[in-house]
Amino acid sequence: MHQDVALGRLSRVRRPGPLQARLRRGREAVVYGVLLLCALVSVFTTLAIVAALLEEIWAFFDEVSLIEFFTDTQWTPLFRDQHFGVLPLLSATLLMSLGAMLVALPLGLAAAIFLSEYAPAGLRAVVKPVLEVLAGIPTVVYGYFALQFITPEIVRPLFTEAGPFNAASASIAMGIMTLPLVSSLSEDAMRAVPQTLREGAYGLGANRFEVALRVVVPAALSGIMAAAILAASRAIGETMIVTIAAGNMPNLSWNPLEGMQAMTAYIVQVSLGDTPRGTIEYSTIFAVGMLLFLLTLLLNIAAQWLLHRFREVYE
Amino acid sequence: MIGAAALRRRMAVRRGTGAVFLALCFAGTCIAIAVLAVLLVTVTRDGIDRLSWGFINSFPSRHPEQAGIKAALFGTLWMMGFTALFAVPLGIGAAIYLEEFAPHNWLSRVIETNINNLAGVPSIVYGILGLAVFVRAMDLGRSVLAGSLTMALLILPIIIVASREGLRAVPPSIREAAIAVGATRWQTVRFQVLPAALPAIMTGVILALSRAIGETAPLIMIGALLFVPFTPGSPLDRFTVLPIQIFNWVSRPQPEFAENAAAGIIVLLVVLLSMNALAVFLRNWFERSRRW
Repeated sequence: MHQDVALGRLSRVRRPGPLQARLRRGREAVVYGVLLLCALVSVFTTLAIVAALLEEIWAFFDEVSLIEFFTDTQWTPLFRDQHFGVLPLLSATLLMSLGAMLVALPLGLAAAIFLSEYAPAGLRAVVKPVLEVLAGIPTVVYGYFALQFITPEIVRPLFTEAGPFNAASASIAMGIMTLPLVSSLSEDAMRAVPQTLREGAYGLGANRFEVALRVVVPAALSGIMAAAILAASRAIGETMIVTIAAGNMPNLSWNPLEGMQAMTAYIVQVSLGDTPRGTIEYSTIFAVGMLLFLLTLLLNIAAQWLLHRFREVYE
Repeated sequence: MIGAAALRRRMAVRRGTGAVFLALCFAGTCIAIAVLAVLLVTVTRDGIDRLSWGFINSFPSRHPEQAGIKAALFGTLWMMGFTALFAVPLGIGAAIYLEEFAPHNWLSRVIETNINNLAGVPSIVYGILGLAVFVRAMDLGRSVLAGSLTMALLILPIIIVASREGLRAVPPSIREAAIAVGATRWQTVRFQVLPAALPAIMTGVILALSRAIGETAPLIMIGALLFVPFTPGSPLDRFTVLPIQIFNWVSRPQPEFAENAAAGIIVLLVVLLSMNALAVFLRNWFERSRRW
């Protein structure tokens, strides 16, 4: 009898009528639709980016052939004698990103190996958040740092021929900016390497150094490569540091002590001026933007593929 | 066979190499931290003298000693408010869909791949998008609203990724228990999963917003003015933000303006570091008070 009472109470509260049940189902469907729309916003964003770039890009390639765009060695759309060769901008972007990787990869990997293989938990708990702070500093601040500290205090005392705007300072600042990305992604990859691999190596008589460099790093290699590619992609798309520290003169040169204009810096230069819409000068930023978008997209896809492969092996 | 002396020599070499390698790794880590210290010290040294109430409460000016960051500070506040308004519900909604509702089909895979790729799109490309869609096509002009919408799209992938991690950390047993007592899927999410994941989601939201506060390039693209001697009064007003004001000062040749830039950077970093600290605090508190 006691049980009956309990069940009766339960059914009075819990049994939904047919109308209630339908309402409930309806509400579930509405919620599902709204959430799906939220998720689709990201797809619309990508479509909008591509559409925005394509819309203006036709006007550009109506007047400039793809061959001229990729082979002319001068980029002077804002001068009377117009040339539309993207090579100076592209080579500046690639050179400075390469320089950034020369800074970020050794330092970032060293930090990652130290944190993953050597550091005691307490030290790791301190160092990791500090590196995260480095990742959270706005790029305009790195630009200031490059122009007001790296150039006058480091680059110019060492190389007197370096100008006040030079690619080397921008590279160093971008390297520092991307260092936390390299270190945290590589560390994640190394920590995902199963402990049994390490123990096996120790069992064969390897010491800590040999385990780190000959077992863990090779095992985590695809994750580490993904980290490097993502960092390079970040450097290629980086805008403020190169705009502030490397100058605004298109310059087809491999000398990092000279000033040069990156693709992103050119886009900023045009949008700061008052180039009227509808002119070929205005449409150049979309052509350069498209090249930038495709370049970074390619690198990101490569990185995703590597990460996917890495996860398939260990997770 | 190798003799005892050769063996001892080889052991010494191995041990030595190991020690050198450890020293190199340690040095790399130290350099990274030292650079952060140098950066903070340089900026503080350059800008601390310029920092005063007058600097915070003045509009920009052609005279460096009278210029201040009032317009930029208000612009940043306005923009962040609207950015959060757009990005937070959208981001959490998308995360809930992907973690709790999405069927395993091609559409979910497309959305997922797409979010991963969006996270890697350079911020200046978002600026081009904002210029073409919000400023031109939707005719919002170079307004707070156009800037906030652009910024919301930029930080959306960050919020989605962080929220998904938060939701994934809630154990399935909680969902199963709710379903077992008759809750619908949405009731399960609304009353059980979301509250449990909220601290982690908030941490991600704060970090995403702090990223947006420091972004400069996309707002230059949509034309956030470099010289704005007023605070915005409505979402359709023109505006400037702190990083753009700093960029403006950095790009002038006079050293007095560089000093202003450094002072502006100090304000920006104080805001960002307190947000980071809040996020770390929330995360630690969350991990301590976890009920499972």
